[in-house]
Amino acid sequence: MQININGKAHDLSGADPDMPLLWALRDLLGLVGAKYGCGVAQCGACTVWLDDIPVRSCQLPLGAITGREVTTIEGLAGDALHPVQEAWIAHDVAQCGYCQAGQIMSAAALLKRNPNPSLEAIEGAMAGNICRCGTYTRIVDAIQTASTRLQGLSFYEVGQEVAERQTDGGVSV
Amino acid sequence: MSAGASPGIKRRDFLRYSSFGLALSSGGITVLAAAKTAAPANSLNPYVMIHDDGRIVIAAPNPDVGQGVNTALPMIVAEELDADWQDVEVILAPIDASRYGAQFAGGSLSVRNRWDELRQMGAAAREMLLRSAAQQWGVPRVELTTQPSKVLHTPSGRTASFAELVAAATEQPVPADGEVVLKARADYRLLGQRVVNAAAADIVRGRPIFGIDVSVPDMVYATYVKCPQVGGVPKTANLDEVKALPGILDAFIIAGNAGPPSFDLRKSIHVAGGVAIVASNTWVAIKARRSLQVDWDTSAASTDDSRAIEATALSAAGRPTGERDVKRLGDPDSAFAKSSSIVSGVYATDFVSHAQLEPQSCVAHATSTEVEVWTSSQTPGFAQSTLAKLFELPAEAIAVHQIRGGGGFGRRLSNEYVREAAVISKHMGKPVKLQWMREDDMAFDFYRSPAYFGLQAALSETGELTGWRNHVVSVSSDGEEANYGAGYRGYNFPDDVVPNVHISQTMVASKTPTGAWRAPISNVYAFAEQSFLHELAEAAGKDHRDFLMAALGADKWFKPDDLASLNTVRARKAIAAVTQAAGWGRAIPKGRGLGLGFFFSHAGHVAEVAEVSVNADRQVTVHEVWVAADLGQIVNLSGAENQFQGSIVDGVSALADQRISIRSGAIEQTNFHQYPLLRLPQSPKINVEFLASDYPPSGAGEPALPPVAPAICNAVFNACGERIRSLPISRAGFKVV
Repeated sequence: MQININGKAHDLSGADPDMPLLWALRDLLGLVGAKYGCGVAQCGACTVWLDDIPVRSCQLPLGAITGREVTTIEGLAGDALHPVQEAWIAHDVAQCGYCQAGQIMSAAALLKRNPNPSLEAIEGAMAGNICRCGTYTRIVDAIQTASTRLQGLSFYEVGQEVAERQTDGGVSV
Repeated sequence: MSAGASPGIKRRDFLRYSSFGLALSSGGITVLAAAKTAAPANSLNPYVMIHDDGRIVIAAPNPDVGQGVNTALPMIVAEELDADWQDVEVILAPIDASRYGAQFAGGSLSVRNRWDELRQMGAAAREMLLRSAAQQWGVPRVELTTQPSKVLHTPSGRTASFAELVAAATEQPVPADGEVVLKARADYRLLGQRVVNAAAADIVRGRPIFGIDVSVPDMVYATYVKCPQVGGVPKTANLDEVKALPGILDAFIIAGNAGPPSFDLRKSIHVAGGVAIVASNTWVAIKARRSLQVDWDTSAASTDDSRAIEATALSAAGRPTGERDVKRLGDPDSAFAKSSSIVSGVYATDFVSHAQLEPQSCVAHATSTEVEVWTSSQTPGFAQSTLAKLFELPAEAIAVHQIRGGGGFGRRLSNEYVREAAVISKHMGKPVKLQWMREDDMAFDFYRSPAYFGLQAALSETGELTGWRNHVVSVSSDGEEANYGAGYRGYNFPDDVVPNVHISQTMVASKTPTGAWRAPISNVYAFAEQSFLHELAEAAGKDHRDFLMAALGADKWFKPDDLASLNTVRARKAIAAVTQAAGWGRAIPKGRGLGLGFFFSHAGHVAEVAEVSVNADRQVTVHEVWVAADLGQIVNLSGAENQFQGSIVDGVSALADQRISIRSGAIEQTNFHQYPLLRLPQSPKINVEFLASDYPPSGAGEPALPPVAPAICNAVFNACGERIRSLPISRAGFKVV
């Protein structure tokens, strides 16, 4: 089983084909940004992209995704920050932070296909991601901020912008 | 992490949230244990360490499970130290009572308990830097002052950074408490500002900072299967069959203790009996559960049925007084006899689960002489003491490392999963990561116990509240203590506010484990009392706000100088502010309503107004919530506001459709499809106002939760005329959309 993760091919032939992608990422590859929350695709904490579509990795057996492209939070912008991540820091969205990698993957996927989403579109795209701490107000604000930044840029240009900026958090807003 | 398998994770990144420069990734167990007592170079005290390159490291003493104290507490130190926040690097302090006192997350106490200590620590470190500069420059100390991260000699204009001064400053004697002058509030640069969570940059990158992310060399993975009927223990299991599965390293029975676990956080060393399955990775262990068959001994297990508990409790709550008196003030019997009218209502709340998003996990390495654990416990100090007791080892042989937790809400106060991990590790002779499944988390919680209130009020001819009876029906495992749900709170309404008060209590037996759930006790009292006060206002024909203001009685601080006691002046200010912000009294379209709730808990005076609409299908939309609070001074405005926004969402989430039911001692809900959490589209608009206040700061994690349910239920009444007396509101056929 060869799976491409964050642009790199990984041979997972030794793994159980029933193993959900989530546990392969976490235990076999050390990519722990995707989180285990429910195991039944109810909470969205494990959200990653499969060929640019946000999916619940806890319900995705390795055997079903051979040859597919997976993007995890670690691969969204590497050590740099995607505009969505940047907006997440600017709005100080997180409380415990456990769900936020999944939230960000859903939000970034939404803005990739719709850079100027309405509130209804945001609600629709984010309804599958639970935040137990209740940071929803800030999630909406952050998506709208990121959307403002992204409008008019092609995805390639967004990538360039991300690569040019190496910012860190922990700043006053 | 994961034996260095991940190129995306840099060692430095984990250090930031590890213990004083100790690396989980390369250090392993020996290094961690050895370094536990070593004071790092350039430490001015247990909280402040300054590097030569200018980085100012501040230790965060208490566990952070999302309440923001890893930002707020270091901010307090940084303010008095006069550190530039841009230079500050937050690290998690080691668990060490000799240096950090009680390290726990609970009761919204972190900021309140540490306010004086941390200001002193910051100010003392600053003073050592100043004295060091005075000595080096040969100038009087009084001519020196600080600007962010540097010392300034105003007459000469000479400056030196903290980093340049720190080596010599470590030689200075540590100033005593009275020797340093704390900043005047007007001079604050940081406190009260909006500061981004210190972990934000790691969180958004998905870096390994949570308990579930911990990995140590040679670690194996375990799952632990317990009896669904709480308190049952295994007799036999098909262990050989499980052990033969690929990737399974071992499967074994832990006899454990029969009977339900105890919420005695200090004393309990209960380990529930069960079957441990240990594997080469988490998935292999989980999958093997499908093949496991266990024969359980349920002779000492719970046989609870939540329907029976409720029926018994409701029947008791229908009586005006209970088995024993809790409080009697004035002459309640004659007040009721003389009243113009008596209003009654029975209020009920269900069992609820914490459902923190990160299920319990713990990495443990236990040998015959030492135990080391990495845990997101809210009480890591108690983890240490109960492990020492369980393994009969001295406290020094137990090392506990605090790790960020993915939500707490009271669920991580108990340490039973820490003990389970340690017992499994000792059996294996290796470090073990125990991972609970979501289903384990929901089945083996310490639930918020249900509470029932038989309320009666006496009103005078002019509609004044003259008497108050509350027959509190509490669930109890021993017939003596109420299990958190409906205990007794002192120094609060209605004591000494209503002239004649009678509070009595009846206990209903239950074996289901119960414990503290966000804003314990207050979260059920608030719903009952604040909804009932609205009923009384209606009965008296008065505006709810006016009635509530009057019901608070005279201006009074119940126990002056005790922030944990009600101050009716602060209470009325919060009610006035929130009603003004929400436009109380404005014309509301048909089918819509505004509702008000106030509650004092965890030293916070919090008032809330909700605007809802209710349609013919009993669908409830919570449009907007306003909250005004006197929390004292605010430490981190962004963090406190976030806690309040989250508390509102949590309150709506819980009242909508969260209930745990029990049949034959087993929990019936298994996962989020049966125990729904509020989602983004249902989330209301939230407006938070913190009132200007000179009182010391109090915690923001809990006090905004209790008023949510009554504010919304009162709004539902105003929208459709129907009184909700039972939570969740789904029980009356309402649905939050």
